[in-house]
Amino acid sequence: METSTALTLVLKVPGWPGHLAGQHVDVRLTAEDGYSTQRSYSLAAPADGELVELTVQRVDDGEVSPYLTEILRVGDPIELRGPVGGWFVWRPTGERPVLLLAGGSGIVPLMAMIRARRQAGASTPFRLLYSVRSPDQVLYAGELGGEEATILYTRAVPAGEGRPAGRLSVHDVAVDGWGPEAGPDCFVCGPTGFVEFAADLLVDLGHDPARIKTERFGPTGG
Amino acid sequence: MTDYLDGNALAGPLGEVFAADITTAIGQCAHCGLTGAIATLRVYGPEPGLVARCPGCEGVVLRMVRTPDAATLDLTGARSIRFALPPS
Repeated sequence: METSTALTLVLKVPGWPGHLAGQHVDVRLTAEDGYSTQRSYSLAAPADGELVELTVQRVDDGEVSPYLTEILRVGDPIELRGPVGGWFVWRPTGERPVLLLAGGSGIVPLMAMIRARRQAGASTPFRLLYSVRSPDQVLYAGELGGEEATILYTRAVPAGEGRPAGRLSVHDVAVDGWGPEAGPDCFVCGPTGFVEFAADLLVDLGHDPARIKTERFGPTGG
Repeated sequence: MTDYLDGNALAGPLGEVFAADITTAIGQCAHCGLTGAIATLRVYGPEPGLVARCPGCEGVVLRMVRTPDAATLDLTGARSIRFALPPS
């Protein structure tokens, strides 16, 4: 368990071809009556042979995430397709600084990029701004202690936090992110409202729209 | 019409049809002429089908409906789609 409502699944996929940080898989569930539905989940970590990691945030009225987080047991088979998506990806050969903006569980593909950078021993400068409701909702808290990661609480802050609760601001990006002069590649992931807001904010600050890549979470949720 | 996905979400469904990743391909909107990666389209769906709209003019660029035994693709809103490929 990552939080009380989010779980990381480690899946063994025979013949897995490897993947890039930021790619996703489509998970398909089929009921006994043939009804079938699918959702996309970001891969949370670089490939480890045939083992892949997904972090799934439970959506209470969702169709797929309650099954994956509460019913699925170790050893149960599931159907997935991937890796897919070659656009919202970071390669360890990238030389530009990287600015990551995460809203809620939008941290997942960005964490894969952070982990891929660490695994490759790349020296590319990274900065992460992670907007999250409250301390109990922080995913991967144990890996986000460094200066490169800033957690921005929107509703409730932990004891000792100097920044009052509030949404991502121009000030946050200016102080803890990269300015346009650094020419960073920007990756923004989260719910639609967050992504719109954060991407507009980057453009207003003078970042090149061509270097801002976004990934939104769906309206239907998990 | 306020909540939508990115064109990134087309990678899996269209990966069943195309040999190359369509989300990194560069498309041109037939309505307004805007050019950009298919990943930047706004995708509505998935039921009854996927509808991808231009982020510039909201015109429909691409539609895909998947039934149990077929995929139907409507590309009338795309003037062109350019795939980067390895040298032949």
